[in-house]
Amino acid sequence: MNERVTVTGPRRRRPRVRRQAVTAEIDAQTRLGEIYMRALLRAQLRLGLTVAGVVFVMVAMVPLVFAIAPGLKSVDLMGIPLPWVLLGGAVYPVLIVAAWFYLRHAERIERDFAEMVNRR
Amino acid sequence: MTGSPTAGIAAVVFTAVVTVLIGMYGVRAVRTTSDFYVASRSVTPWWNASAIGGEYLSAASFLGIAGLVLAYGTDMLWFPVGYTAGYLMLLVLVAAPLRRSGAYTLPDFAEARLESTAVRLTSSVLVVAIGWLYLLPQFQAAGLTLRTVTGAPAWVGPAAVAVVVLVSVLGGGMRSITFVQAFQYWLKLTALAVPVIFALLVWQSEGRPELAPPDEPTFAERTTVEIGTDVTIEVPDPVTVRADGTVDGEPIDRDLTLTAGEHHVEAGSVLTFPADARIPHAAHLTPMSGEHWALPLRSGGDHPLYSTYSLILALFFGTMGLPHVLVRFYTNPDGRAARRTTLAVLSLLSIFYLLPPLYGALGRLYTPELLLTGRTDAVVLILPGRLVDGVAGEALTALVAAGAFAAFLSTSSGLTVSVAGVLSQDLLGRRARNPVAGFRLGAILALMIPVALALSGPTLAIADVVGLAFAVAASSFCPLLVLGIWWRRLTWPGAVAGLIVGGGAATAAVATIIVIGPQDGWLGALLAQPAAWSMPMTFTVMIMVSLLTQRHVAPGVDRTMVRLHTPENLDLDRGSWDPEARWHRP
Repeated sequence: MNERVTVTGPRRRRPRVRRQAVTAEIDAQTRLGEIYMRALLRAQLRLGLTVAGVVFVMVAMVPLVFAIAPGLKSVDLMGIPLPWVLLGGAVYPVLIVAAWFYLRHAERIERDFAEMVNRR
Repeated sequence: MTGSPTAGIAAVVFTAVVTVLIGMYGVRAVRTTSDFYVASRSVTPWWNASAIGGEYLSAASFLGIAGLVLAYGTDMLWFPVGYTAGYLMLLVLVAAPLRRSGAYTLPDFAEARLESTAVRLTSSVLVVAIGWLYLLPQFQAAGLTLRTVTGAPAWVGPAAVAVVVLVSVLGGGMRSITFVQAFQYWLKLTALAVPVIFALLVWQSEGRPELAPPDEPTFAERTTVEIGTDVTIEVPDPVTVRADGTVDGEPIDRDLTLTAGEHHVEAGSVLTFPADARIPHAAHLTPMSGEHWALPLRSGGDHPLYSTYSLILALFFGTMGLPHVLVRFYTNPDGRAARRTTLAVLSLLSIFYLLPPLYGALGRLYTPELLLTGRTDAVVLILPGRLVDGVAGEALTALVAAGAFAAFLSTSSGLTVSVAGVLSQDLLGRRARNPVAGFRLGAILALMIPVALALSGPTLAIADVVGLAFAVAASSFCPLLVLGIWWRRLTWPGAVAGLIVGGGAATAAVATIIVIGPQDGWLGALLAQPAAWSMPMTFTVMIMVSLLTQRHVAPGVDRTMVRLHTPENLDLDRGSWDPEARWHRP
């Protein structure tokens, strides 16, 4: 039952055609290489702009919210006014989490790209 | 202001000596010109992140933020938030490609990407302008600190900082600077964290008195104020004070009734105010009631919402364009390490920036006389001695003095290296005998101009001037980097036009404010916070002119994009451009 069977096939006559790796396409600046490069740039740019945009809008909302709803300015959290809680402390963890999120995804994009272009 | 100046002097000397010693230790590791500049990229991310933090936390962060918070309250919290968020924008938009470009300096990057010496030269001029604008307040702050803690004349501080910077920069170059600055981050963090814990404990033990009562600030008890520098004060209500010194040009030593309005008080005068008197403010400060102080959108002149947004833009997008930030990225081994270093920097800055606003808030309660003398930037230096008596108080004052001195040293060293590098490579050219001699000459020039300005120029709030440097950086190098890295069609005429029009407009606005002082109305707001209009202007000009000059697209742009964006472990042709090549040319 557990006996090993060697699976063999007929030997090919022709030597296998070596497909060029994408790295070579990129080096030669072919259309294919260009497509890979543009895809990489677009993915990275989209990620960067998304993180920058989300954080910027979140932070930029703060003055606007206080301008539109002045009542919020005097809300307290354990004796500390809300604007101080937000700008003096709460904003920093948001920035760090956003940076960490970006880092993970940017490295993943690069790993995927490397795998793709090294494949033959 | 404290009991004896000895501890303060000892602390400052200690910081200077350690800085020079670590600098000398670094010298032994320097072998080649490239070592000299960027430490051969052999610095680990952890050291590098501490060093970036150490270099970045300048006088504006250590002293300036607390001073602004003391005077103007909540709106000033945007400064630390923006200084930190600037690193996030740098991370997500430019960090890894910038490192992969292999550029030492912003002009290097501009030349490599756009293949033009015209854009290199324009960038060089802007680097020097931003560097000087950033160095100026560091030297002013140095003068303030030494005078506050030791009573030394105002010129001693700038001179002392310049000498120590020159010795450590000329001795060891970048590698020694890396270790010096990593040490200085931790010194600065300790120097703010330890005293503020004591200060908070004192505040707690007093039953947490209200930091900013809703009305105009008053002296809680009979208060004696020593005037350190000549000041014009705006007296809100007539008040009878005990005066000893020179008031309104007349020598006086008796009770004096100050009428409402402006009065000129000369240095060395001593005024004693009765309890509950409203505090006269220095003329350059706008008095704020405690109620306004505690709420956002109350300062910033006639157009607080515009001013706030413009400041946010300048700080968020200015960081990536500061000359001393890019050099640091070159000391990462690769693009991936550059990203990881930036994340570490962001964390280190987040910890640090929790502290300065606390000084500003406690200062509103415990050192209100700074509103009168106008030296609000000194709050960090004075508060610990005010709240803690005796030897402990002196020790804490010495600690913050050491931290402040570290702040000037580290930022000015980094800026000096960057400005000197640009001056020697691009503006002095081959007039120097060899690169190292050129660099030394550049370093001397880089320091001389801002020191001279600091000794002669008008006194401006430290964090304000630094904010202006950010606005210029956001309106010049931010668009250059973002478009250069992500947009193939950027051309050198487009880049030069954008740098000159947008960067030039921001510089002109900033120069106007420094020369003629704050103005009223929309014009005043637009000039004082130019980023909101000048940054979009630079982007627009760069894009429009580039589209009109498409035949000047850099011929090697595709290869450059491969270099900027692909991970280093891939075996790819990244072109032959080498920033070190210039040193090996005959």
